[in-house]
Amino acid sequence: MDAAIQTQAAANRVDYQIDPSKYQHYKVTFDGPVATLTIDINEDGGIRPGYKLKLNSYDLGVDIELHDIMQRIRFEHPEVKTVVFNSAKKVFCSGANIYMLGVSTHAWKVNFCKFTNETRNGLEDSSEHSGLKFIAACNGTTAGGGYELALACDEIYLIDDRNSSVSLPEVPLLGVLPGTGGLTRVTDKRKVRRDHADIFCTIQEGVRGQRAVDWKLVDGVIKQQQFNDEIKKRALELAEQSDRPGGQGVALTPLKRTIDDKGYHYEYVDTQIDRAARSVTITVKAPAATGPKDAAAILAAGTNWWPLQMTRELDDAILNLRTNELEVGLWIIKTEGNADIVLDYDAAIDANKGHWFVRETLGFMRRTFSRVDVSSRSLYALIEPGSCFAGSLLELALACDRSYMLDTTDGSGVNTVTPSVLNFGALPMANDISRLEARFYKEAAPIAAIKAKIGAKLTPAEAVELGLVTAAPDELDWAEEIRIACEERSALSPDALTGLEANLRFGIYESMKTRVFGRLSAWQNWIFIRPNAVGEFGALKVFGKGVKSKFNWERV
Amino acid sequence: MAIDYSQKIPNNVDLASNKTLQRALEHWQPAYLDWWNEMGPEKSQTAEVYLRTAVSVDPSGWAHFEHVKMPDYRWGIFLTPTEGEKKISFGDHKGEPVWQEVPGEYRSTLRRIIVTQGDTEPASVEQQRHLGQTCPSLYDLRNLFQVNVEEGRHLWAMVYLLHAHFGRDGREEGEALLERRSGDADNPRILTAFNEKTPDWLSFFMFTFITDRDGKYQLASLAESAFDPLARSCKFMLTEEAHHLFVGESGVGRVIQRTCEVMNELKTDDPVKLRGAGVIDLPTLQKYLNFHFSVTSDLYGSEISSNAATYYTNGLKGRFEETKIGDDHQLKETSYKVNEVANDNIGTIEVPALSALNERLRDDWITDVQAGVDRWNRIPEKLGINFRFKLPHKGFHRKIGMFADLHVSPEGKIISEVEWAHNHKNWIPTEEDRLYVHSLMGRVSEPGKFANWIAPPARGINNQPLDFQYVRFS
Repeated sequence: MDAAIQTQAAANRVDYQIDPSKYQHYKVTFDGPVATLTIDINEDGGIRPGYKLKLNSYDLGVDIELHDIMQRIRFEHPEVKTVVFNSAKKVFCSGANIYMLGVSTHAWKVNFCKFTNETRNGLEDSSEHSGLKFIAACNGTTAGGGYELALACDEIYLIDDRNSSVSLPEVPLLGVLPGTGGLTRVTDKRKVRRDHADIFCTIQEGVRGQRAVDWKLVDGVIKQQQFNDEIKKRALELAEQSDRPGGQGVALTPLKRTIDDKGYHYEYVDTQIDRAARSVTITVKAPAATGPKDAAAILAAGTNWWPLQMTRELDDAILNLRTNELEVGLWIIKTEGNADIVLDYDAAIDANKGHWFVRETLGFMRRTFSRVDVSSRSLYALIEPGSCFAGSLLELALACDRSYMLDTTDGSGVNTVTPSVLNFGALPMANDISRLEARFYKEAAPIAAIKAKIGAKLTPAEAVELGLVTAAPDELDWAEEIRIACEERSALSPDALTGLEANLRFGIYESMKTRVFGRLSAWQNWIFIRPNAVGEFGALKVFGKGVKSKFNWERV
Repeated sequence: MAIDYSQKIPNNVDLASNKTLQRALEHWQPAYLDWWNEMGPEKSQTAEVYLRTAVSVDPSGWAHFEHVKMPDYRWGIFLTPTEGEKKISFGDHKGEPVWQEVPGEYRSTLRRIIVTQGDTEPASVEQQRHLGQTCPSLYDLRNLFQVNVEEGRHLWAMVYLLHAHFGRDGREEGEALLERRSGDADNPRILTAFNEKTPDWLSFFMFTFITDRDGKYQLASLAESAFDPLARSCKFMLTEEAHHLFVGESGVGRVIQRTCEVMNELKTDDPVKLRGAGVIDLPTLQKYLNFHFSVTSDLYGSEISSNAATYYTNGLKGRFEETKIGDDHQLKETSYKVNEVANDNIGTIEVPALSALNERLRDDWITDVQAGVDRWNRIPEKLGINFRFKLPHKGFHRKIGMFADLHVSPEGKIISEVEWAHNHKNWIPTEEDRLYVHSLMGRVSEPGKFANWIAPPARGINNQPLDFQYVRFS
């Protein structure tokens, strides 16, 4: 790659690492146990040129900011118990910017939708596990993705100003579907009756006032005068239920990272891109020594505590690869280091899981591993001597579509995998079950057999027998089997693989989260490429031009 | 078990230092010998046979003659030496360097091609295993065994590729090649023609003349493959295949010779009289030719084939003598003539050349078969007999392709079911014909003696006299 192209690539690279000094779309204020996230999107602050973020509409850059804010509330602000979203504009939030969608490639749209979905799932994850509650204080029109953000909160309150409504106008206005779980949450979470949902989703103006409450679209409508007070009151009530302790947080200092054409390099995570093979080797490393055992010492280690640092690095690497390396379709996951040290850390996590910081770290790990599961990339784990697929890191192998374990029959090295207590429910997938449960479709016997081996160093033969790995070629076959498996994979249709992998990874158990992802993939992505949305006179294309969309009326 | 690989298994693939191969062969070789003892030539495992063994690829090494017991035959692994910076000569990868490793993308297709080719090798040994009991001479018996051990070596060549390049899958396929059985209803060989019996020596000669010639064309098109180890394996196999073709062509030629001699002696062309004299009348030979030609023709598959097109475009299988053909070697624009059936007439139609590669290879093969038939025809011509062999029409007696559901006469006319029922006994061997041929098959094992129905060859093997002890029985 020549220098000019390299500069260009660096300039176009999306970076997920930001800090509060760079925020331009959200104002964050802390008031005791309540954090208020005020949406005030900078029209001219789009992450890409070509559109203005009018009416509090958002793009990927806005959501990167929200993601960062949430991470800092989780780690830097243990005193926060309730998070309130409101707006500094007349519009609470009007959702994803339509002009941005109009000028984006399909891949960009899909990646954007995936990240926004993960961020909203993360709000719900924190509500469920971390003692954080979320209120959408909709003090203005709440439309499309704005309402979807509200739906991800625990409670939604709409201002009663005779004007502001909540709406999902995607179908009537744009000829597409809500892309961030709107339809799914309206039914699965809010339990809006289907005929009401049918009306709600086909009218542009949305629903306001008492009807919005009656239809369960919001939890209350509040007069303008009382709005702020009522929200504050409710926020404090919710805070009462929280077990977040307050006290000193852990500052998320900037990641130490270098980026070059080969990929992203960190202390515990390294990526090596092979562009010709369209694959990347992601290596996750164990620390050199065992870590702190008690909560105080763990907190003191803070951002340098291996589970947190490793997860931050892995999360960043995954997000970068997903956004910036679209053609790198095969992720080869390796680990490196002493498995005993990983198990030592796992034991410390398990022993201190009631502590807020450990709980946040485990939650972050859970969400990051879940990102791996939903990434539209082929995943192979290569388990070789010197690796440490133990406990929490064994999850990475279990997340993969296939795992190959080198059977060193010639005694050239010891190669083992080891389950720990963290493999049995602490790190569930998006479908709310552990990777082992998903792998064996909840069949009791094979899961129990593995559980009986917690802490045991399993040989390749044992790992195959227990169904933990796909295959264990010996040293004579290894190189060739792996080469061919990788080449074979890289030659297949990337679209078909994405569909296949998502089907197989999540198997037969669904959750609201998997339904969000699944329906997005199946329906929205279909609609996104149909001429009725993106053709010359497609609804998405003509939006805002004063031209009426022209549909092909055939129902397909 | 320590094996001296270079002695026991002559090779030019550096077997002595390739542990992956050694491990694979340690399992496979005993299984292969078990198979040979069970399914190889019947009651002949202790006979000492004057065999040609390839001990190296150079001109002095590939034809080493000595008396050996067949189970002790040194089945070797030989690839024609590499030709410098070899480039892919056709398809989308044309001009790129040939592949020394299997590209993952084509693994399953290449494996299928190699397995299908490999399966024919033990199949023909199985088909021919009883023939030793009815040999017309020691010379012919030796030739049969030579063909058999070389088919065995061709199996080795294909198994080598599976072992060296296809990992565990390859080893499993290698074992399966020893487990299938020609004609076994439950576990048959892959291609139909290789599940037919080779019941007598006339069938054997026809088979080696016609069906082994299909082998030659398949090998020749694989010898063009971008996957260089396959190409080089097949190239070396072709040198051996040439001998098989010689056995077939000269075998049938000697039958013709003998029949013509008796016709002249008796001054008759009456089949009844000729059969009375213990030779095979020429119309019966023509029927055998018709049968083997049509059955083998099916091996090339359908006239229009997307598989063949894909193989070609991907560089897996080329055309016969690909590099000598003067075109773009990608066949993006060119067309090819194939038959077409319309209104009960057989015409021709131009189709994209890429889709007609099976047909092209079949046509190349037919040209080659025709040349052999022309050489046969010189025999009656020379002896003043007014009979000429003729290849039947492509559509005659076909089970695969556009003619599969039709009846076509040897002249190429579409005929009715009734006409077929009425005439087929004149075109393909009847049960009576086969029984007659079978009745001639008595064992002749005295050096220098030949059965009555076949003439001696012009010369012996490796300049040995005709009464040489080509096979020693213990």
